[in-house]
Amino acid sequence: MTLDAKIPSGPIEQAWAKACFDMKLVNPANKRKHSLIVVGSGLAGGSAAASLGELGYNVKCFCFQDSPRRAHSIAAQGGINAAKNYPNDGESVYRLFYDTVKGGDFRAREANVYRLAEVSGKIIDQCVAQGVPFAREYGGSLSNRSFGGAQVSRTFYARGQTGQQLLLGAYQALERQVQAGSVTMIPRHEMLDLIVIDGRARGIVARDLVNGKLSVHIADAVILATGGYGNAYYLSTNAKGSNATAIWRAYKRGALFANPCFTQIHPTCIPVSGDYQSKLTLMSESLRNDGRIWVPKKKGDPRPPNQIPEEERDYYLERRYPSFGNLVPRDVASRNAKALCDEGYGVGKTGLGVYLDFSEAINRLGEKTVRERYGNLFDMYQRITDEDPYKVPMRIYPAIHYTMGGLWVDYELQSTIPGLFVLGEANFSDHGANRLGASALMQGLSDGYFVIPYTVGNYLATNKFPKVEESNAEVQSSVAVVKQKIDKLLSIKGKRTVDSFHRELGKILWDYCGMARTAQGLETAIGKIRALREEYWKNVTVAGTGDDLNESLEKAGRVADYFELAELICIDARDRNESCGGHFREEYQTPDGEAQRDDEHYSYVAAWGYKGPDAPPELTKEPLEFHYVHPSQRSYK
Amino acid sequence: MKLTLKIWRQKNSNEQGAFVRYPVDDVDPEMSILECLDVLNESLILKGEAPVAFEHDCREGICGSCGFVINGVAHGPERATTACQLTMRHFKQGDELTLEPWRAKAFPIVKDLVVDRRAFDRIIQAGGYVSVSTGQAPEANGILIGKEAADCSMDAAACIGCGACVAACPNASAALFTGAKITHLGSLPQGDVEHQRRALAMVAQMNAEIFGSCTNIGECTGACPKEIPLEVIAKMNRDYVCASFNRRDDLPAPVPPGASLATGA
Repeated sequence: MTLDAKIPSGPIEQAWAKACFDMKLVNPANKRKHSLIVVGSGLAGGSAAASLGELGYNVKCFCFQDSPRRAHSIAAQGGINAAKNYPNDGESVYRLFYDTVKGGDFRAREANVYRLAEVSGKIIDQCVAQGVPFAREYGGSLSNRSFGGAQVSRTFYARGQTGQQLLLGAYQALERQVQAGSVTMIPRHEMLDLIVIDGRARGIVARDLVNGKLSVHIADAVILATGGYGNAYYLSTNAKGSNATAIWRAYKRGALFANPCFTQIHPTCIPVSGDYQSKLTLMSESLRNDGRIWVPKKKGDPRPPNQIPEEERDYYLERRYPSFGNLVPRDVASRNAKALCDEGYGVGKTGLGVYLDFSEAINRLGEKTVRERYGNLFDMYQRITDEDPYKVPMRIYPAIHYTMGGLWVDYELQSTIPGLFVLGEANFSDHGANRLGASALMQGLSDGYFVIPYTVGNYLATNKFPKVEESNAEVQSSVAVVKQKIDKLLSIKGKRTVDSFHRELGKILWDYCGMARTAQGLETAIGKIRALREEYWKNVTVAGTGDDLNESLEKAGRVADYFELAELICIDARDRNESCGGHFREEYQTPDGEAQRDDEHYSYVAAWGYKGPDAPPELTKEPLEFHYVHPSQRSYK
Repeated sequence: MKLTLKIWRQKNSNEQGAFVRYPVDDVDPEMSILECLDVLNESLILKGEAPVAFEHDCREGICGSCGFVINGVAHGPERATTACQLTMRHFKQGDELTLEPWRAKAFPIVKDLVVDRRAFDRIIQAGGYVSVSTGQAPEANGILIGKEAADCSMDAAACIGCGACVAACPNASAALFTGAKITHLGSLPQGDVEHQRRALAMVAQMNAEIFGSCTNIGECTGACPKEIPLEVIAKMNRDYVCASFNRRDDLPAPVPPGASLATGA
């Protein structure tokens, strides 16, 4: 198989305009004759469903929660990047493009990233017009702050709840279309299979989570915006319900899965406190604007932080990376924290933590200003840890947060299955091997508001859509596959709960395919995952029945998919014999411990194809070409 | 520590429910009450009993999924705290906690502690938005907004739609929720344009659902995990009264409750 990314020819500055002009249009009167399915209602899915509804398409939007407003985009805290250059500090579309390609450690596709930077300004315009209450200066203009991996202030924010406010903007636009009758919202439904007919995506099989009924939904195109797969690791900053099932079923129906090993570990999360822990809570990267990260210079120093004098503290990021200091990108900050904790400098009961200290900022700015900037984050920290971060430094440790990998898409966001489009975190396209802070919200909204409305039209205008009956053999086979799996999970009635398996799987992934990986460790992990998966299908117990609200059953299906996905993550990590961004292979590092890329052999997107339950996945490479930002050793020193 | 959870169990909306007592050992003070339910559910599953259904997702207090009444108080005893953020250190050895779902006619019980809050979505559908389509936006700094107005809007926009206000209100009124959206949008020039139409449409939908009326008791704001101020209700009432003088006849008709626009297949 060869992959055509459909990157427009000519200068990158004109690529998107050219692509838009070259795309075929659907005339306004014909739009209502086309039906579209959007799965997921977060920033990407919500904005896509709303925008497509506004254009006049017939849209069905699905989410597994009780309301589209619950999607996990809502938990994004710090902000959204845009190349507005309001602070007059040297920002431009080109710089945002450059920083994103470099931040991704030269493993992203240039043309996609350029488009992202290009439309970023329009996203802010759109959100302001929707009534998103971004932070403002006294003069009434929009306020900006800085984020990791950038030396300009390009981040727009709404207190520590930027994701919430942007999502509510998209949700309200979506509900407006529900009122207008162009979008049908179908909550509490989970997509369990993709229907592919004559090689094209034509619908989904969904399960009503309240009564267990399976239903078939046919459309002219299917848009997946179902988020990332970080929950494969069990403990992550993702919501409990976030899952990979939709993209995984699409993979098994023929969509290629790109760069699964590119997972992002966020440096500032509240450390694990016990075995019962169900998830990890993020403390926004924006805190690194004013917080200083340090560990005691003495190993295992038992003194409380306030009694450790200034000269006995190691502000290691400021020491090692003087030009970016505490605002180095996430992969760099995470690795440094892990390295110091591994050497015995960690703090807290478990020794798995470093300090994030605001005392200097409080002295400089006053507690009131700090409270205004980060008040809700400080409150959240205090509620969880019972410690007051205005008085005692926060303890933080890295945790799985975001997945750069995802279904392979071309420039039009179409997967290798024609008619299946993938948006937001669910695709792989824009962040390379490491995502910069405040760029996920930008990408989700760029895909949903400004890219898919054009590209899906091109697909609809250039294809014919014969009517599909529910009795169609492909439809029935999809339904049968789903039924069979549900029945199987309910019938095992073993001795272990779904969560106990998930926890164990997550531990394997974290230990062998987390912040540091080795070829040997990955081999071990693959063996362990296979053995555990085998036990799962013999010994799992799922409570209840298939015909009512049954979270145990929902989780069982998702965890079954995580087993297969986890193996692919490890295979991809083993296959990529280099370090880049969040993928750090211990064998490949510079003398001072930074990631060592191998551009000669690995400057490609690794796209994996499903070949059957017992066959190894097949690798197809999309070579990456850099015409504008020339790959160099990433340095933040 | 050890404590007892007395939980409302109800198989579905048609069947009768009842309280069931469950002793839980090994409660760690650091765990959240949802994690305490996780521990209980793991043991129930291994015993072959049905686990307790409860709504949850982000578990960091922002998605608005979780919430139930704990010892008579929505989201439990801590101020400005959702159930997922309520740690067990606020309880002590031997305590008995009564957990029951939001009790409101407009929020029918789905199962155990899970209720159907689609009435909230229908109120937003009626007018909780700015009528601007993708692509129509002017330059973001083209309309300046004073910091005070932006802050006031943000205070109201912090609502997470959890439903605690309705559960806490003796009348089961949705005035705080509706007022919060009216204040969020109405405080900004972008949302001011259609504030009258919005107030009429949203209040009409709120009245069409089976929510009670607001009698200014204030339990709602006390229970609100985001501390939405009571003033938002005053703002809603003012907008509504002003709008009533200019009543328009092109408003969308309220959707009857139950006959949801969101038809679940």
